[in-house]
Amino acid sequence: MLKIENLHATVADKPILNGVSLHVPAGEVHAIMGPNGSGKSTLAYVLAGRPGYAVSEGGAMFDGRDLLALEPHERAAAGLFLGFQYPVEIPGVSYLQFLRESLNSQRRSRGEAELSGAEFIKLAREQAALLGMDAEMLKRPVNVGFSGGEKKRAEMVQMGIMNPRFAVLDETDSGLDIDALKAVGAGINRIMRDPSKGVLLITHYQRLLDYVEPDKVHVLNGGRIVRSGGPELAKELEREGYVEAAA
Amino acid sequence: MTAPFPTRKQEEWRYADLDALEPVWEQFAEPRTLIVGPGESLEEVWLPTGDDVQVRRVELALGEGASARIFVLNTAPVYGRIELEISLATNADFELYGANIGTALATNEIVTVVKHLGVGGRSRQVIRSVLNGKATGSYLGKVEVARGAQQTDAEQSVKAMLLDRGATANAKPELEIFADDVKCAHGATVGELDATQLFYAESRGLDPAGARALLLEGFVMGLWDSVSDGDSIADAAREALRRIV
Repeated sequence: MLKIENLHATVADKPILNGVSLHVPAGEVHAIMGPNGSGKSTLAYVLAGRPGYAVSEGGAMFDGRDLLALEPHERAAAGLFLGFQYPVEIPGVSYLQFLRESLNSQRRSRGEAELSGAEFIKLAREQAALLGMDAEMLKRPVNVGFSGGEKKRAEMVQMGIMNPRFAVLDETDSGLDIDALKAVGAGINRIMRDPSKGVLLITHYQRLLDYVEPDKVHVLNGGRIVRSGGPELAKELEREGYVEAAA
Repeated sequence: MTAPFPTRKQEEWRYADLDALEPVWEQFAEPRTLIVGPGESLEEVWLPTGDDVQVRRVELALGEGASARIFVLNTAPVYGRIELEISLATNADFELYGANIGTALATNEIVTVVKHLGVGGRSRQVIRSVLNGKATGSYLGKVEVARGAQQTDAEQSVKAMLLDRGATANAKPELEIFADDVKCAHGATVGELDATQLFYAESRGLDPAGARALLLEGFVMGLWDSVSDGDSIADAAREALRRIV
């Protein structure tokens, strides 16, 4: 489903990714773990198409399409979702309007009918309720005045509304208390655990993996995948640290 | 008798498009006078007319305890000027919410003089400009606090968004205060769209034009939050933004 091959990328001319190769077949959840500065967020941004992240070699295919040739909004319409490590605040724009316009823009480009205001609000309420978020918060400007945990929960509500085919979740677990972690983990399983979908879960810690069990775990270090294994690898990393486990 | 034609040497006409104004000057030379009696209130929404040159010159007098709220969308294709001189008696309350939205070679400006004459007056001016092409958007606002007009609370918030390198924003809040127990807040910023916000919106599926339009809408639309008179100005502003994105 997502096939990354020998991906090299630079940020401000500094090489960050130095040949990442990775294949996530449909129906699987893969975790990427690694120390600070190993290139995890850069990988997420490159996949989503953030300006300033330049691919110098290699590529990524998504369902047989050249992912890197698409604009960010085309990647979203193709079914890719990026859960941000630091969700962005947009003053003056309500969450409801932001998400409705985004979703309808995706649907238009896929040749699907747009959702009416009433249909969209129903969907948004359902998804907020499933993640334990007060739907009234969706009337507020995007992420403005939200706590760190509320922002991450809101990212998952967005994912529920967009219902993507593939999610790249960049440290969605950071800044969450234990209840929010459980809710977010359950949300990922409910929305994304499907034979036709895939997830790349980027995290520092094992704890989210207690709720979302990965099929494979990869260790990213120095912009390269240095080790891959099953779920037990995450536990080993937690026990021994990156330096030992990746050696 | 028509008032003398202005010159650019006059500070309040410094950024004006006098060439565009000259042929129609007679029509606008005399300001309109509005009086709001003690304790009364006024709300006006000034929509664009569609003419190439649009000028409104208004003198507004607020009696004791009177209040006025004016919402204005200034988006003339060639030259738009909103000129307001307001006097506030004791405990009067004045609010102005205005947007300059300009494209191509348009010049749109809002020029105000707010005179706090009595005790306890409150004025609030919020101006947002969105400009592309070689458009100019200006706000020149003078707040005068007269001797003895204590407990005056005056605020000026001026922000401009420049979408192209050739666009110009002028912001000139000015204070003249002859009382010692007053609050006069003023702030002015000029910026461009935030790249991180744009990427966030695009990653959710908005195409670049849609993302820009949404962010600009957020920047401007807060101005109309308190308007009681329907959606006309919000719709007109949305339409004006669509033209320039």
